[in-house]
Amino acid sequence: MTALAHPPSTRAPAPGPPRPARRRRRGFGYPRRGSVWTYAALLAVVAGSVFPLYWSFVVSSQTSEAVAQVPPVLIPGGHLFDNIARVFDSTDFARALMNSLIVSGSITISVVFFSTLAGFAFAKLRFRGRKPLLVLAIATSMVPQQLGIIPLYLLMSKIGWTDRLAAVIVPGLVTAFGVFFMTQYLGRAVPDELLEAGRMDGCGTFGLYWHVVLPAARPAAAVLGLFTFMQAWNDFFWPLVVLQNNATVQVALSSLASGYTTDYTLTLTGTLLATLPILVIFMVLGRQIVGGIMQGAIKG
Amino acid sequence: MAITVLSSRRAALNKLDTKGSPYLYITPFFLLFGVFGLFPLLYTGYVSFNDWNLLDGGAHQWVGLANYREMLHDPYFWNALGNTLSIWVLSTVPQLLAALWIAHLLNHRLRARTSLRMGVLLPNITSIVAVTIVFTQLFGRDFGMVNWLLGLAGIGPIDWQADTWSSHLAISIIVAWRWTGYNALIYLASMQAIPHDMYEAAELDGASSGQQFWRITVPQLRPTIIFTTVISTIGGLQIMAEPLLFAGTSTPTGGSDRQFQTAALFLYEQGFREFRFGYASAIAWTLCLIIAVFAIANFLLTRRIADEE
Repeated sequence: MTALAHPPSTRAPAPGPPRPARRRRRGFGYPRRGSVWTYAALLAVVAGSVFPLYWSFVVSSQTSEAVAQVPPVLIPGGHLFDNIARVFDSTDFARALMNSLIVSGSITISVVFFSTLAGFAFAKLRFRGRKPLLVLAIATSMVPQQLGIIPLYLLMSKIGWTDRLAAVIVPGLVTAFGVFFMTQYLGRAVPDELLEAGRMDGCGTFGLYWHVVLPAARPAAAVLGLFTFMQAWNDFFWPLVVLQNNATVQVALSSLASGYTTDYTLTLTGTLLATLPILVIFMVLGRQIVGGIMQGAIKG
Repeated sequence: MAITVLSSRRAALNKLDTKGSPYLYITPFFLLFGVFGLFPLLYTGYVSFNDWNLLDGGAHQWVGLANYREMLHDPYFWNALGNTLSIWVLSTVPQLLAALWIAHLLNHRLRARTSLRMGVLLPNITSIVAVTIVFTQLFGRDFGMVNWLLGLAGIGPIDWQADTWSSHLAISIIVAWRWTGYNALIYLASMQAIPHDMYEAAELDGASSGQQFWRITVPQLRPTIIFTTVISTIGGLQIMAEPLLFAGTSTPTGGSDRQFQTAALFLYEQGFREFRFGYASAIAWTLCLIIAVFAIANFLLTRRIADEE
């Protein structure tokens, strides 16, 4: 996984000792070395990014009375576990977490499998209409699918899928982004000679996919899997409509937040719980996620 | 002879495999997009020409353009459209400018490079629901931190939900907070692809770093700027969850006077609270058209502006 292909450009020259002659003449040697102001500005930006999450942690460790103080308390208190217990008491949060796990897990596995399959076809197989079909696939990501929500709902109620997780899972089983991402990666990462060798050994195309392409795709598949999981976990509008009585975590969170009297320690504890799994993934694999976004962007 | 039959059958199978299987591999994507993406969107057009009420068990009646006529005379629709445009502009323009600036900062030789990039990206991985809930608390009238800080400067307290301008500003901040870092990384990736000798040549000609930024960096980023503008437009005109949750109640009117109800939220209200599927579909199709027009106009406009640079 760490072998993930960062484009060479992101591996900028290390700010090491070589090139002493150039270093003195400011402005030469790109990219430039960051000044104190660069760091200060960036740290301010990062602080702004982190603060709302830190704040939700502070609030969820306080009592309701402490939160209603002026000036606000900025340091975590000792009531985190009480508040967590209250969240689980006041809604069926455990079930919502479980639902989100099932939905995001199934979507992730499927997106990786089918996107790699389609990416393999687009990047490595020759067939009529390959280019236009690829353009078409990418273009579909521009379609505001959210606006087709009413017939989608009619369709789901017709086949009896309202309040069933399948209604959220099935439409997400493969994405345009996934196909595009894997096409790009496999075009670079799998040498044609390798596929030729596989064919010599008597592999059919699916055999090539299974024995050659899938193993080679692992680094990119990991990144795609992360993206997909996070996106599915954070999805809100469609689950809100179709899973009214079988909430995912985002839907449960939204109903927690829209009671008649808003109890912020409760809702922000819920927020923290709902964000934690994503946060853990991000802490561990953030480097890959950053790399994935920047790679996808270059030709985007 | 048996062997030749077998091997020719095998050759045929092989041919079928190489010629046919690519289509098989891309079918799942197109099939799924067709059934759950394209078909619903097109069928929305059909539903929009009907009086279609879910409470009657989906009974419907063809009414021609009646839904569209009603919509054009509905002040709530125009209100929602105006709010959408206002929030879109307020969130997109500062967001992309800030992203450009942050990308420029990140495009230095830096220590802790990855950590800084991760820090910038963090908002984007949190869910809209979570982000909106936290910010709604921060924008609280009585105990919110924003009002407390403004109070130190002698301003306020502001009831952020109450007015049009304040609610639009708050919602735009929520949207921009979540997307700025993502766009910054996209710009950064493109900046790194700019050949260094362009800067070195400019440096020799005595160009200041500001001039280098506007004369080299920005024009070189042209395709990326177009891309992010179009994507932000498509997303920004569909904003719905932020205003829904910012209200703090489950009523999808976007405030007591609909002061921050967006078009997509109005669609949701008509479709899934009033159960007027025909009317909601008319809104959906109109919005779809508006998004298409805006995306194309944006594409042309940003291309032109970048050309002139």
